[in-house]
Amino acid sequence: MIDGKCPAGPLSEKWDKRKQELRLVSPANKRKYRIIVVGAGLAGASAAATLGELGYNVDSFCFQDSPRRGHAISAQGGINATRNYPNDGDSIYRLFYDTIKGGDFRSREANVYRLAQVSGSIIDQCVAQGIPFARDYAGYLDNRSFGGAQVSRTFYARGQTGQQLLLGAYSALMRQVRAGSVKLWPRTDMLDLVIVDGEAKGITVRDLVTGQIRCHSADAVCLCTGGYANLFHLSTNSMGSSVTAAYRAYKKGAFFANPCFTQIHPTCIPVSGDHQSKLTLMSESLRNDGRVWTPMSKGDNRPPYEIPESERDYFLERRYPAYGNLAPRDVSSRAIKDVCDEGGGVGPGGRGVYLDLSDAIKKLGKEKIGERYGNLFEMYERITGENAYKQPMRVYPAPHYTMGGLWVDYDLQSNIPGLFVLGEANFSDHGANRLGASSLMQTLADGYFIVPYTIADYLANTAYGKVSPEHPEFARSLQDTEGVTKRLLTINGRRTVNDFHRELGRIMWDNVGMARSKESLNKALGIIPALRTEFWEDVRVPGSGAELNQELEKAGRVADFLEFAELMAQDALHRGESCGGHFRVEHQTPDGEAKRNDLNFCYVAAWEFKGAGKEPALHKEPLIFENVQLSTRSYK
Amino acid sequence: MDLTLFVWRQKGPDESGQLERHEAHGITKDMSFLEMLDVVNEDLIKKGKEPIAFDHDCREGICGMCSQVINGLPHGPREKTTVCQLHMRNFKDGATIYIEPFRSRAFPVIKDLIVDRTALDRIIQAGGYISVHTGGVPDANTILIPKEDADTAMDAAECIGCGACVAACPNGSAMLFTAAKVSHLATLPQGRIEAAQRVCVMTEAMLQEGFGNCGNHYECQAACPKGIKVKFIAKLNREFIKAQLA
Repeated sequence: MIDGKCPAGPLSEKWDKRKQELRLVSPANKRKYRIIVVGAGLAGASAAATLGELGYNVDSFCFQDSPRRGHAISAQGGINATRNYPNDGDSIYRLFYDTIKGGDFRSREANVYRLAQVSGSIIDQCVAQGIPFARDYAGYLDNRSFGGAQVSRTFYARGQTGQQLLLGAYSALMRQVRAGSVKLWPRTDMLDLVIVDGEAKGITVRDLVTGQIRCHSADAVCLCTGGYANLFHLSTNSMGSSVTAAYRAYKKGAFFANPCFTQIHPTCIPVSGDHQSKLTLMSESLRNDGRVWTPMSKGDNRPPYEIPESERDYFLERRYPAYGNLAPRDVSSRAIKDVCDEGGGVGPGGRGVYLDLSDAIKKLGKEKIGERYGNLFEMYERITGENAYKQPMRVYPAPHYTMGGLWVDYDLQSNIPGLFVLGEANFSDHGANRLGASSLMQTLADGYFIVPYTIADYLANTAYGKVSPEHPEFARSLQDTEGVTKRLLTINGRRTVNDFHRELGRIMWDNVGMARSKESLNKALGIIPALRTEFWEDVRVPGSGAELNQELEKAGRVADFLEFAELMAQDALHRGESCGGHFRVEHQTPDGEAKRNDLNFCYVAAWEFKGAGKEPALHKEPLIFENVQLSTRSYK
Repeated sequence: MDLTLFVWRQKGPDESGQLERHEAHGITKDMSFLEMLDVVNEDLIKKGKEPIAFDHDCREGICGMCSQVINGLPHGPREKTTVCQLHMRNFKDGATIYIEPFRSRAFPVIKDLIVDRTALDRIIQAGGYISVHTGGVPDANTILIPKEDADTAMDAAECIGCGACVAACPNGSAMLFTAAKVSHLATLPQGRIEAAQRVCVMTEAMLQEGFGNCGNHYECQAACPKGIKVKFIAKLNREFIKAQLA
């Protein structure tokens, strides 16, 4: 049994109470502490910038050539915040409740409430940084709706909200680089976490340009390294997104929570062939104005615009009349899969449904729609060669986000003292399904407004500069990391890294994807170890370790995915219920909806590494609901 | 599709490079340009050769990581498109394609098609921000911003920092990049306060990094994958002159 250390007392007072309890580090002492921040997406950049502003010495690492390129940049639709500017009944409690319900009652009440509480401050901060959010003609901020909510609480900057928020955090970070409080380490990959006397005191990295492997020591480490959807090979994630940093922390003792909670996004451009390297999302915001449908008769090959209204099945509106096209992601994805599995899909292989904006174009005009979604239409045209102003888009679900991640307590500290985990890399706020426009909110809440407070409490109790890279633990980590690199380079087999990644992705998508069964999970657990063995005998990584070597970078990431895949399948097998994005076919209602089992599974599953080839140990953190009634999620 | 590629190969920053001939077979029109290079690389690895190194990450045209000159044009022939969003249906079967890195004095080649663009980060470090601390800011709707201004700021803020403008410019100027940030912030009331100082320090940093000056060729606008307009360079100049007079 593990304890999330949520403060006692009324929900709305928990965060204030905790803030009062947290110890402080005086301004004179802050400059004596060094903090490592790994990853420079929204969570990493916002945390590094804010910690730098506070006076700490920060080392900011990212594998990209610049901290302006983290994967958050791809987020299109928007960021939620409970400002209630449209006067449509929003409140902190309502955002809290929508998020808890959206996550299918598998997240912590206290964390989610705090997220809703600080959400407004994020918007204030971003506007002050100069983020050009959409505005109405009177100059006020504009809002749009997103899935899983019946109010309009989503702030946006055209279809590039993530980009604008990230560039805001990046500019704050650059300001601190200028001020001398943050040092940047771009093109640097974290390969190991270093633990000294049970506490996180540094990392081992590889310089991706020179190939040098070296150690960095600090007083605390923040991992802001994103999610692991690339496990599926094809996902909407950036090519470099991986589980490596989180997984290597797991191997050093950090618990991994709910790894089977993965999100499949309903509206992505369908796969066009084997060559495909990634999938592209079409923002959920399109479902504000778009309607999802398929032809009523299967195999209807007429072009979509020739199919009359009476012969179309608007299946989301039919199945979920209350939320219609704005049903949450997990629910919508499964509905699309069901329709296609039954042979009702459109496009190549029947793996697609129409996302149709023609009604909205007729009503609002092409110009207005172009203003809202122009960049998405352009992107769709580039990829498919089709004009979405003239014919509906074809979409199909794709892996997009991972709710699971390293286990953290209320302070966002993992079970290893000194190791904090932020953003998508932790598990904390989204339960078994994340609502649209909530990941940007959570990353910035963690980075701007939570960790800067909570990390002080840890540091206040820790002498600064306790360890240096001369400590033997660093030498050991260095040796281990160099060993793995050398091994990868000497196998010189026949298959490429991509080849293995593609095969693993197929296994995971078929067996641990949108629908999981005892049978499919056991099947995956049977094949993965064999594929892993083959990888270590037959992969070919050309070149040397002492240079820029992209195949070597990829090989390390795929090697970790090959181990992590097993943990994910194990977690999915152990969770004998359906909830949110985790759908076990054995556990469904007569009309095919997810059937939770609160009696046996109302807990966070946190897994502990017990050594290579050994079964991981399961620790449970019970989820206690004091303020909301556990109910069956209904969007009907 | 079958293609003949001439690709810039360079082992390291201090080595000399050359164009190397490669054949690409079995390419389909649905592939992106980078997926075509993936196919070529898989083939090279299987033959025991070193794959072509190139920068890429999001592959959806927003991270700004990709940086290739295709047939003499940064990001290739399609307007307002990054390399990762350029699809092979834009090329003819049997075509010969020349692929080179972004070239500029301020962007040294690291390997093959990968260049060092940290000079752009240093321009931002000089002053490409509003000096606000986290916390202690007013409610987001306290300062109203006319929609037109917010839209103009957004037009400039869309810059993805890829550096195509630099690669396209005969002078190797980063004027469009710098102008985009200067204009984005100077158009908003929050950014006005530091506008004069910002334009001076950012322009100075740009020159320090070895970028050239603007010669009004407008090649930057033609190459920009986000369609950022040269009118922002005019805005930068105006801001600069105002700052000098103040």
